[in-house]
Amino acid sequence: MGEAITYLEAIRQGLWEEMERDDRVFMLGEDIGVYGGAFKVTKGFLEKFGQDRIIDTPIAESGIVGAAIGASLMGMRPVAEMQFIDFIACAFNQITNFAAKSRWRYGAGVPIVIRGPSGGGVRGGPFHSQNPEMYYVHTPGLKVVAPGTTYDAKGLIKAAIRDEDPVIYLEHKYLYRLPRIKEVLPEEDYIVPIGKAALRREGRDISLITYGAMQLHCMDAAASLEKEGISAEVLDLRTLLPLDADAIEATTKKTGKVLIVHEDTRTGGIAGEITALINERAFEYLDGPVRRITSPDAPVPYSAPLEDYFLPNATKVLQAARELLSY
Amino acid sequence: MPRTSRSAVKKQTKRGKPAGDSHSRRPADSLPASAQTPAQLLDFYYYLKLNRMVEERLSALYRQGKVQGGLYSSKGQEGISVGSAFALAPQDVLAPMIRNLGAMLVRGVKPVEFFLQYMQKEGSPCKGRDTSLHFGGIDRGFVPPISHLGTLIPVLSGVALAGRMLGKNLVALTYVGDGATSTGDFHEGLALASVKRLPLVVIIENNRWAYSTPVAAQSLLSDLADKARAYGIPQGVVDGNDVLAVHEATARAVDLARRGQGPVLLEAKTMRMRGHSEHDDASYVPEEEKQFWEKRDPILLYEKHLLSSEAASQADLSRIESECAARIDADLAIAEAAGGPRPESCVEDVYAPTQGAVERPGEETLRLVRRS
Repeated sequence: MGEAITYLEAIRQGLWEEMERDDRVFMLGEDIGVYGGAFKVTKGFLEKFGQDRIIDTPIAESGIVGAAIGASLMGMRPVAEMQFIDFIACAFNQITNFAAKSRWRYGAGVPIVIRGPSGGGVRGGPFHSQNPEMYYVHTPGLKVVAPGTTYDAKGLIKAAIRDEDPVIYLEHKYLYRLPRIKEVLPEEDYIVPIGKAALRREGRDISLITYGAMQLHCMDAAASLEKEGISAEVLDLRTLLPLDADAIEATTKKTGKVLIVHEDTRTGGIAGEITALINERAFEYLDGPVRRITSPDAPVPYSAPLEDYFLPNATKVLQAARELLSY
Repeated sequence: MPRTSRSAVKKQTKRGKPAGDSHSRRPADSLPASAQTPAQLLDFYYYLKLNRMVEERLSALYRQGKVQGGLYSSKGQEGISVGSAFALAPQDVLAPMIRNLGAMLVRGVKPVEFFLQYMQKEGSPCKGRDTSLHFGGIDRGFVPPISHLGTLIPVLSGVALAGRMLGKNLVALTYVGDGATSTGDFHEGLALASVKRLPLVVIIENNRWAYSTPVAAQSLLSDLADKARAYGIPQGVVDGNDVLAVHEATARAVDLARRGQGPVLLEAKTMRMRGHSEHDDASYVPEEEKQFWEKRDPILLYEKHLLSSEAASQADLSRIESECAARIDADLAIAEAAGGPRPESCVEDVYAPTQGAVERPGEETLRLVRRS
């Protein structure tokens, strides 16, 4: 029996094992080599894999992603780190126009992974706390994953590296060293398939659909509801593109009441897309309007009182769930 | 890229020239200045003419409504495409921009592919999904551009990086316009390539106009190649309308890059002799500027050189022109006969197949190319 490890260590292990398994895998990013990364995800990698495979770059996110694309066209499997995922905005064009469209345009797959710390709850302020997923979910040709557990963090980074298409891997920095989600992981090699949601908790009365760090709040809310005699189901999407439409349809048909919870802001957040999908696939099974708890339409604030107000939490989820249950 | 060498050799044989020393196989770094053989000098001419005549035919097709959307001419810039592409070795990778049709021809792309592509046929290299020169995979020695300028410089840095990791001894070469030297990607790509000493050659095609914006409104520099100083990398300026000068300068740049002294930034000074795209009459270009450059047409200059140096006779030049015309007629006939794409195919190939093999874009084109 192994030791329980953190979410960050799971990402680290996944990267390490893939680099050992496949010589084509290499990493590039800012401060990832000598320094070991701003969050130490790549600590010790330079010593193990050398500077040809652990490449410190200038501060040039578009350059980093562009170079990853070029290397992938040559048959390599690059993993590009964004020091904070907020900086992925600087590489938007390379990702959405070069990487995402190459296979469709002329048949060249771009098997790259772009990973980095996303999300709030650590007083990072407006430029170190963002959830940029929907810019990329809106881009055909990309895949977007957002693990919320330690097991998934490892399984999804391995799946992302082995995938034939460009994958945006959003790791949640609030979860990095959170003791509560430490897990003992299997000894053997495993992946978590991209495009498959996970049922974290089975229930009959209401479905909480969520991903990333928000699944903790949903699990807490579900535990509280249980004490009130209400059986809540929690569906962790894990992959945002492609969405697991079958799992969303199934839980909707089962409970008839759906509350979607995400940390991303409201307008254009994935809750809107899921709601439309439910309308298309399971409208007649609904026993109330699809509700959503999200961050409000504002930048992520810095100070504690502001950020605590801004982010979804278990209390907000619980309140919305009770309202929906009494509809 | 054996395809390139084969086509060049075949070309010579077809014209009755000895295929003897297979110059096009010789790595660029072993090419001393002005070492072109008589056969190679005529090869340059063949591709210059083919480049221009394919584009003239495309322009005619545009007027007939058979080519739609944007059509970009490289008239006046053919010497850059042809001279630089001939400086590459088979293992090298070239990323063309929209005015580098000639470079693609030199490296083995057939006229039929441009016709299929621009005429939106099912068998086009992009299956009708994308246009212009946006095709040609790494297996043929190309990275196709996207329309966002400057983006190829980071991407080709990655090609050069991977080439080094894989021990391929390759040089990556791409082009950028005077306008796109203002983009962030131009600088990010050079920043990365310079500190990693990547085997990359970037040719700035300074054609004086970025759409309607003159180069003076783009930069205060007299020579855009001076941007290399910001990265501490070798630079050069060359007359872009002199195909031999471009070839020589590119060969030197490629040599430096291959020896690990790159990246290299080369500026080829030229003039865009037509509008930005076919719809653009370029009325913003002063008349005297047009007249000045018309006298400096790269094909005209090269013909004069060939005749005055007695490297070719007028009969040689006429014969080559006829060869180009015959080739274009034959290739266009294939493209004209090809069908249009299936409408529903626009949603295919967005992702890798999850099971089984499906035909990739470009495979039908290769079949048509083999037939041509």
